[in-house]
Amino acid sequence: MSKQLKVALIGNPNTGKTSLFNQLTGLNQKVGNYPGITVDRKQGFCKLSDDVRASINDLPGTYSLNASSADEQIVVETLLNHEHPDFPEVAVVISDIENLKRNLLLFTQVKNMQIPTILVINMADQMERRGIKLNIPLLEEKLQTRIVVTSSRKGTGLEELKKQILDYKELPLKPCVEIEEINPAYFEKLETQFPDIDGYKLWLMLSQEMAYKNLDQKLREVHSRLPEISPSELKRLQQKETIRRYLVINSFFNEAYQVDKNAASDWRSAIDRILTHKIGGYVIFFLILLLIFQAIFNWSSMPMDLIDGLFASLSEYLNNNLPEGTLTSLLAEGVVPGVGGVVIFIPQIAFLFLFISILEESGYMSRIVFLMDRVMRRFGLSGKSVVPLISGTACSIPAVMATRNIENWKERLITILVTPFITCSARLPVYLIIISLVIPNQNFLGFNMQGLTLMVLYLLGFGMAVLSAAILNKILKIKGRSVFMVEMPAYKLPLPKNVLITVIEKTKSFVVGAGSIILALSIVLWFLASNGPSDDFKNATEIVTSQPASQHLSPDELNTAVSSYQLKHSYIGILGHAIEPAIRPLGYDWKMGIALISSFAAREVFVGTLATIYSVESDEEETIKTRMSQEINPDTGDKLFNFPTGISLLLFYAFALQCMSTVAIVKRETNGWKWPLIQLAFMSCFAYLCSLTAYQILS
Amino acid sequence: MKQTIADLNRGERGVIENFSPDDIPLKFLEMGCLPGNEVSLIQMAPFRDPIYINVNGNNLAIRKELANLIEITIVK
Repeated sequence: MSKQLKVALIGNPNTGKTSLFNQLTGLNQKVGNYPGITVDRKQGFCKLSDDVRASINDLPGTYSLNASSADEQIVVETLLNHEHPDFPEVAVVISDIENLKRNLLLFTQVKNMQIPTILVINMADQMERRGIKLNIPLLEEKLQTRIVVTSSRKGTGLEELKKQILDYKELPLKPCVEIEEINPAYFEKLETQFPDIDGYKLWLMLSQEMAYKNLDQKLREVHSRLPEISPSELKRLQQKETIRRYLVINSFFNEAYQVDKNAASDWRSAIDRILTHKIGGYVIFFLILLLIFQAIFNWSSMPMDLIDGLFASLSEYLNNNLPEGTLTSLLAEGVVPGVGGVVIFIPQIAFLFLFISILEESGYMSRIVFLMDRVMRRFGLSGKSVVPLISGTACSIPAVMATRNIENWKERLITILVTPFITCSARLPVYLIIISLVIPNQNFLGFNMQGLTLMVLYLLGFGMAVLSAAILNKILKIKGRSVFMVEMPAYKLPLPKNVLITVIEKTKSFVVGAGSIILALSIVLWFLASNGPSDDFKNATEIVTSQPASQHLSPDELNTAVSSYQLKHSYIGILGHAIEPAIRPLGYDWKMGIALISSFAAREVFVGTLATIYSVESDEEETIKTRMSQEINPDTGDKLFNFPTGISLLLFYAFALQCMSTVAIVKRETNGWKWPLIQLAFMSCFAYLCSLTAYQILS
Repeated sequence: MKQTIADLNRGERGVIENFSPDDIPLKFLEMGCLPGNEVSLIQMAPFRDPIYINVNGNNLAIRKELANLIEITIVK
């Protein structure tokens, strides 16, 4: 049996750490160019020699072992806790050639953990262009380590790195900075109190602002007995530590790292002058945004239609070819449409992440954050909220996930809470069908009125998001401690492989995360719609057949009449009747109530549900539309889908949080039910009041 | 009148003065914002906020509220 070595990759964001991880392990992973993109635990395997294998753990990117976020805390705990499953036998600190000095700060901290540590200097392909010369032997001597120079872009230096990992027993354990040097009196006292624990480990436990979740027995015990320290004193010691480390690094740095400014080409600042220009920068950003929207909606419409058609025919095929029964019904009417409801979003989500990942990889994303921060801050948001809000036009789920790199909790929470107001792609089918029913297809001041209505709905969503953000900013009393600071990385040509990996990974996480909820809910809804408590439901066929009106129906028409009758008496039909008193003031009847309830799985289900209720046989949009336009309101004798009802419905869908998956994802990201429930209640009430007002005024 | 990073104009450089670290986030210190280090302004967003600076070789965007806290001597 071969031996396995545990290796941890540690490094600053934007150093190409994850690229190197991909190169070593060949596993599909994500490369970020935007601070804090590596979040999940990433593990891969790599063959070091014939009989030794490495299990490599790609730890979240961090600038320091003084953690200020949960991701960074993972790094500290992994290195501190000997019983941690990922506790490494070898630590590899990845640095990049451009920001080597800053990277060395983290390196000297890791070196204090008394784990054999290798230093990788990555992006070696940039050395010549930047006119950088390194004195490796000097660096190795001063840093008490072995250095491997790599290029994760070109894949060079990997064999050398594997060799050094194999020879890890040769690595010196001596730290570069002794912790006592920071404040001898303080640390000597601390070490007398806890003689069997290393001073730096004590310091790490003492100074972290994040709570430890994963410590072994001994460290937990020590942690509980650590002396109190005032925040001000702590801060002073931390500053001293940082100064001390930089002092040590500076003592040899200029000798070991020489830059010939004449040899360096500086197109970075030239690009920055254009892309972050006070006016030009915004124009370019706006144009890029326009391009992205165009692409997302144009390019994805064809695959989406294709998927839609495919699943519809699959349902039909199953219905026609499998023996009739509950299982067939579950498959054809529950599972297949459920899966279809998930798959339909894949094209849009994939395209969205294609663009987002190109923006991140190229380094442009940080410039967007820089440009937009001031504008967004007025509404209690951050420059980093721009990405989630843009993503929200495709789907709230990835958008809420994309808020993770907003370090200020209040700004992040507000972004999460307002994102579902943005018009997502699931609202589109609902909007389109209702608009075509109630808005005349005429020109108004040269513009098509239906198109205008759609645009107004988009603006309404965006306006509501911004307005509620401003209100939340006033109401919420959360003191945000962390401070806005964004690294502006060098511009890079995105690597197609990295972009592709991101797209696949994000799409997969949507399908697995949101997809399972949509699917589960579709099955529940199927059950509610295909079962009923009363004899009316069970004997639907006999009852409908015996009705005088049914005598002249064709067998097909009879079938649809039966299913319509069944739906009326199913659990969901009963539910629809139950909520009718509440929704009648909005202009809806119980059938629309059913559609409202079932569209909780995903908004676009609204159309399909109405199709079933109105016993439309085919799923063709035109047919559903014609049928809907014929529906009569029994109270007034008018058309049911008239202008007031239509507007009321549009407003309801614009504002209500009609999406189970969003609720689930907000629960996950805010760590509890409090915020998703508040969000759900607020948005539903607001939507209800808006629709009520609109209907009452218009009708 | 004391000058801070927020007073820099585009292309200007300054040297960071001694400061009390109480209000300064540790992360910013670790980025090299320490007494004696050089800071230069690369770009400003409208209304001079946020600003895009280079401190100790690191390119960062920070908000004015943070820039206001760091006193500097502007190098002409």
